[in-house]
Amino acid sequence: MEGALRRTLNLSQPDDIYNAIVDAHKGLSDEEGRVFDARLILLLVNHIGDEAVIREALTAAAAAP
Amino acid sequence: MSSYEYRPYPYIRPAELDRPGKRRPVVIVGAGIAGPTLALSLATRAVPVLLLDEDDTVSLGSRSICQAKHSLEVWDRFGIARRMVDKGITWDEGEVYLRDQPIFRFNLQPEPGHKFPAFVNLQQYYVEEYLYERCAAEPLIEMRPLNKVVGVASRDDGVTVTVETPDGRYGLDADWLVACDGVRSPVRHLLGLPYPGEVFHDRFLIADIRLKGDLPKERRFWFYPPFHPTNSVLLHRQADDILRVDFQLGRDADPDEEKKPEKIDRRLRQMFGPEARWEHEWSSVYTFTCRMMQRFVHGRVVFAGDAAHVVSPFGARGGNAAVADADNLAWKLARVIAAKSPAGLLDSYCSERRAAAHENIRQSTRSTDFITPKFEASRRFRDATLSLARDFPFARALINSGRLSVPTAHPGSPLDTPDSDDDWSGGPAPGRAMVDAPAGDGWLVDGLGTDFTLLSFGETVKAPPEPTPLAVDCRGLVARRYDARPGTTYLIRPDRYVAARWRRYDGAAVQAALARATGH
Repeated sequence: MEGALRRTLNLSQPDDIYNAIVDAHKGLSDEEGRVFDARLILLLVNHIGDEAVIREALTAAAAAP
Repeated sequence: MSSYEYRPYPYIRPAELDRPGKRRPVVIVGAGIAGPTLALSLATRAVPVLLLDEDDTVSLGSRSICQAKHSLEVWDRFGIARRMVDKGITWDEGEVYLRDQPIFRFNLQPEPGHKFPAFVNLQQYYVEEYLYERCAAEPLIEMRPLNKVVGVASRDDGVTVTVETPDGRYGLDADWLVACDGVRSPVRHLLGLPYPGEVFHDRFLIADIRLKGDLPKERRFWFYPPFHPTNSVLLHRQADDILRVDFQLGRDADPDEEKKPEKIDRRLRQMFGPEARWEHEWSSVYTFTCRMMQRFVHGRVVFAGDAAHVVSPFGARGGNAAVADADNLAWKLARVIAAKSPAGLLDSYCSERRAAAHENIRQSTRSTDFITPKFEASRRFRDATLSLARDFPFARALINSGRLSVPTAHPGSPLDTPDSDDDWSGGPAPGRAMVDAPAGDGWLVDGLGTDFTLLSFGETVKAPPEPTPLAVDCRGLVARRYDARPGTTYLIRPDRYVAARWRRYDGAAVQAALARATGH
């Protein structure tokens, strides 16, 4: 089902961005990593702004196997 | 300890101890905030009131201190709001700190042009004193201190109340009984009615202190301040150079230990420094609950204020909701008693004020969850928000140290007539509170009476018996706040909520909306 949330690739350098996210967690404790993730989520959520997209992403994240 | 002088109110032996008295239209139980406000509102509408209170003084301790604009507007109709403003501390702004840095400043009334400020901080004992004195001057209100309700028998057509006094017990018959008897409501207990809700476990300490010096007027809230690094602190100034400091203590705090004056002094010393000198006024270690009755009207018994619903203190939604309850109930009860409306009109008191209580609980629970996160992920998102706030303005909007009380809308109330014109771009829609503005030499709120008002912009409407017409200038701030053009017409309820509005005056439409708003 196609909703407001984009399901196909939207990045020109997907490997670079994926690794940038993972690398940002290097050297962080579990707790520090979680705080980092919380900040990142808040920054991106505000940038996206579209509440339908955000709510759909929340559902999708919870439903992933 | 307290600088306020508590004067006991005179107890007079009730005549009913010796012979049966006359049946009363309304008996109100409880002389806190809701009870006297309701009594005055009813008396304004020519309804005689008997007001019973188990106690004989005003509130012990400052308790509900933040009196909101809409409460002041209600009390102004009894002529006591100016006194409250003059005695209290006026504030519109607040500041939030993270550790020792200010990160967020807010203004609750950014645009001038209102008779009253967003808030006046005034100790509950002063509010009750002014209400009590005003009630005492009102011939239609009879007050009986030291009269405790110990029995309630409700029938289809009235209520029989058993009252205990220092001289023994007597019985009273009333058409209506309104329980404004607080969170532990004896009337609710006597009727065996449940009070479902949520219990919060974090403990807080209120320390009211008298402190001379240059005290801040604004509300201040700290997350992790250097003087209380593990938790939050809230600061409010009150009348008589009194500060309210509210320390979050956490779940594991020992209330008996935290109540000790030397322990409180140690906390205050860390906050105000070694040079500061203060005197203790009142202190309290508390937890809180959020509860709401399933129905506020049970036959001829009606519940209002903390007896019907209770919230956490963040947001000043307790006392102010009690005033709004009284304001919503008074005109409806007066109409029912005068046989101008069917008793079913009171169902709308229940639905509208339950909606308000639900909103107040939702808002105050969110604030509570931000201030005292209940699980680790919640705390992490809270701390992430705080750490972003300095550099990212969006994060400041997420900081929830209390969303402060504003009149609650009740969209979809059966009393409202929905908009039929589709070109509204502003102004209060049906179900929303009216907004004040400068009008003529004074204020719009001063032009309205105790009944329904028909606000007509730009033209004078031929006066029907009801609603009372009020012509308003079509220029200036008032027109802007109401999105008004020549011909724009608002039907305002006695509790100053919008019942209906039109772009053109239409007598038949007004009468239809009025009938609907009065339960017909």
